Amino acid sequence: MAVMNMVQAINSALDVKLADDPSVIVFGEDAGLEGGVFRVTEGLQQKYGEKRVFDTPLAESIIVGSGVGMAINGLRPVCEIQFDGFMYPAFNQIISHAARMRLRSRGTYSVPMVIRAPYGGGIRALEHHSESMEALYAHIPGLKVVIPATPYDAKGLLISAIEDNDPVIFFEPKKIYRAIKQEVPEGEYRIKIGKAAILQEGDQLTVVAYGAMIRTVQQALQKAKKDGLSVELIDLRTIYPMDADTIINSVKKTGRLLVAHEAPRSFGPAAEIIALVNEEAFLHLEAPPARVTGMDTVVPLPKGEDLYFPDADRVYDAIKRTIDF
Amino acid sequence: MVTTRASTKYMTEEQAMLFNAFDPLSGKRLQVMDEKGDIVDAKWMPDLPDSKVVEAYKVMLYARIADTKSVSYQRQGRLYTLPSNMGQEAAAVGSAMALEKIDWMVPAYRELGAWLVKGATMLHYFLYFGGSEEGSRYPEGTRLLPVSVPISSQLCHAAGIAHAAKYRGDREVVITYFGDGGSSQGDFHEASNWAAVYELPVIFFCNNNGYAISLRRDKQTKSKTIAQKAIAYGMPGIQVDGNDFFAVYRATHEAAKNARDGNGPSLIEAVTYRRGSHTTSDDPTRYRSADEEKAWEAKDPMIRLRKYLEKKKLWDEDREKKHIEEATSDIDRQFKQFEATAAPTVEDIFKYQFDEMPDSLKKQMVELRNFINRKEG
Ligand SMILES: Cc1ncc(C[n+]2csc(CCOP(=O)(O)OP(=O)(O)O)c2C)c(N)n1
Ligand SMILES: [Mg+2]
Repeated sequence: MAVMNMVQAINSALDVKLADDPSVIVFGEDAGLEGGVFRVTEGLQQKYGEKRVFDTPLAESIIVGSGVGMAINGLRPVCEIQFDGFMYPAFNQIISHAARMRLRSRGTYSVPMVIRAPYGGGIRALEHHSESMEALYAHIPGLKVVIPATPYDAKGLLISAIEDNDPVIFFEPKKIYRAIKQEVPEGEYRIKIGKAAILQEGDQLTVVAYGAMIRTVQQALQKAKKDGLSVELIDLRTIYPMDADTIINSVKKTGRLLVAHEAPRSFGPAAEIIALVNEEAFLHLEAPPARVTGMDTVVPLPKGEDLYFPDADRVYDAIKRTIDF
Repeated sequence: MVTTRASTKYMTEEQAMLFNAFDPLSGKRLQVMDEKGDIVDAKWMPDLPDSKVVEAYKVMLYARIADTKSVSYQRQGRLYTLPSNMGQEAAAVGSAMALEKIDWMVPAYRELGAWLVKGATMLHYFLYFGGSEEGSRYPEGTRLLPVSVPISSQLCHAAGIAHAAKYRGDREVVITYFGDGGSSQGDFHEASNWAAVYELPVIFFCNNNGYAISLRRDKQTKSKTIAQKAIAYGMPGIQVDGNDFFAVYRATHEAAKNARDGNGPSLIEAVTYRRGSHTTSDDPTRYRSADEEKAWEAKDPMIRLRKYLEKKKLWDEDREKKHIEEATSDIDRQFKQFEATAAPTVEDIFKYQFDEMPDSLKKQMVELRNFINRKEG
């Protein structure tokens, strides 16, 4: 098996699907010749030609909108939006068309499209390059939202996303694009969309996180372990549809819940997860559910960034307070 | 002297003729038949058998009747808000008839005549504007998309459908409709640019009906014509008399031929007039004069095509009456069918959102169904 970082694993997923399905095409701003600004699509144009892997004009609405049309006419487009903060020009196409074409046409047309974008903060980037807006997409009926935390998951989830018959927003945590290396099979394998992973078992507290936040939580858990605390860690992997069963079963066992994400707090994924637990495991709760999140402010420029994003200390503090409640 | 635009350089000389003769910056507009039904520019008269022209008139008349009836059904509270196509029948039917069965149609929302040509029925129309998604369930292979309400967003889908066609090497062409107002949208720019860059078989068909709700065409854009915007994208553009069936047919026919031959997209601006209100919720007296409406009534597309056919002895008062009767009873029958259609069920609301329904959605469906069952005892 090869050792890959997340960039290489995603590249490998695209490679595998381009090789085995002629209806898969890959495109985006600078995604062809150059292989994308993060080099995720590097070498693919050279290997599969300009018809299948190509550079587009600088125009997000048509990148997504043409993808809708391509999907209607039998292709499986995988389009790259260069950064999370530049999805908004395509919002109308995502919400008004990609997400609802199947329903509006009573299943006559569907949109099996993947919209990939580097996502999240922590790389000291320019403005509009550090957003965690997954709740916007998870809120829209008709979309699936996937956020991997490891190279292995990224590849398996992306293959599933490309094979999915509905549109998938695939957010790639750019902070850990190259931070984690892992053994990843070179061939094809799938990780089911909508299925969370239990990364660590425990019986005093359930922590739910995803994306780059998994690493932060794991750092906090090392400290918690030294303190003798037994914590269960769930990597959500898919924001929508959410794996409710895994979360509920875990909380029924532990009696406590903490959700950690980079995204702003209000109306964020943590709010949804906590509501779910209140509905389904209320009588099992021994402490108020807690959340560690980004703030309801714009992500600060790099000098203020560390204040904004939850770090291991903030997560540890919340773990301790929830268990000690 | 006519200069040849770079945008027509891939075409054969014959193909480029029409677009060069009516270069958008020359101020010329293609008109084949005038308001009296006389052929004024025989050079561009499309090569159509009489039977086809009669058929076109019949569809236009059918659409006019259907439109008028729909507006009155809406007034009676039997349909919801709907946009009238009245006055724009030649642009709708003429453009649609110039296409082949394998071609795609990506509509806006005001092209009833075109949808009918493409294979939609009044039952679809009644269902949709009567409040049910079932109205967009066209028969397999119709290649007609559901209407697109977010202005000009559909132009992107046309580009994408054409992209897929070209990718596979299929010879299908895509026509997409938008309005004069729609030409101001960013998606018009993005889709035109994309289709031109990748040389895609798209016909961007603009129904310039003078207004975007209340906003006059001259306040929508400083461009003298909408057709001239094509030049910026490196594609051919042409302005045609949109109330002249023959001009519309000919321009669309040439655009389709060019597209099918791999010469890329083109832009057609059909100058027409919305004779009805914007939608049934709109009151045009707030923004336009009775005199203006009167002037356009004389230019109505039905009147001139009928005159043409009558002069050629292809149509007369008896046939008109008979067709009106037949069309009316056909439309009435479909309206009855619509009114007899069962309301959507709880399942109908949920089952088309995803290919496979997620558990959380199943749960919501069951909750709603159980509640309704409880309530109804
Ligand atoms: C993006 C968007 N903005 C606003 C509207 C509301 N709206 C519906 S139709 C219309 C005018 C469209 O005018 P035009 O493109 O000329 O088409 P017409 O209705 O005249 O056929 C407006 C503003 C809309 N549907 N979509
Ligand atoms: Mg208009």
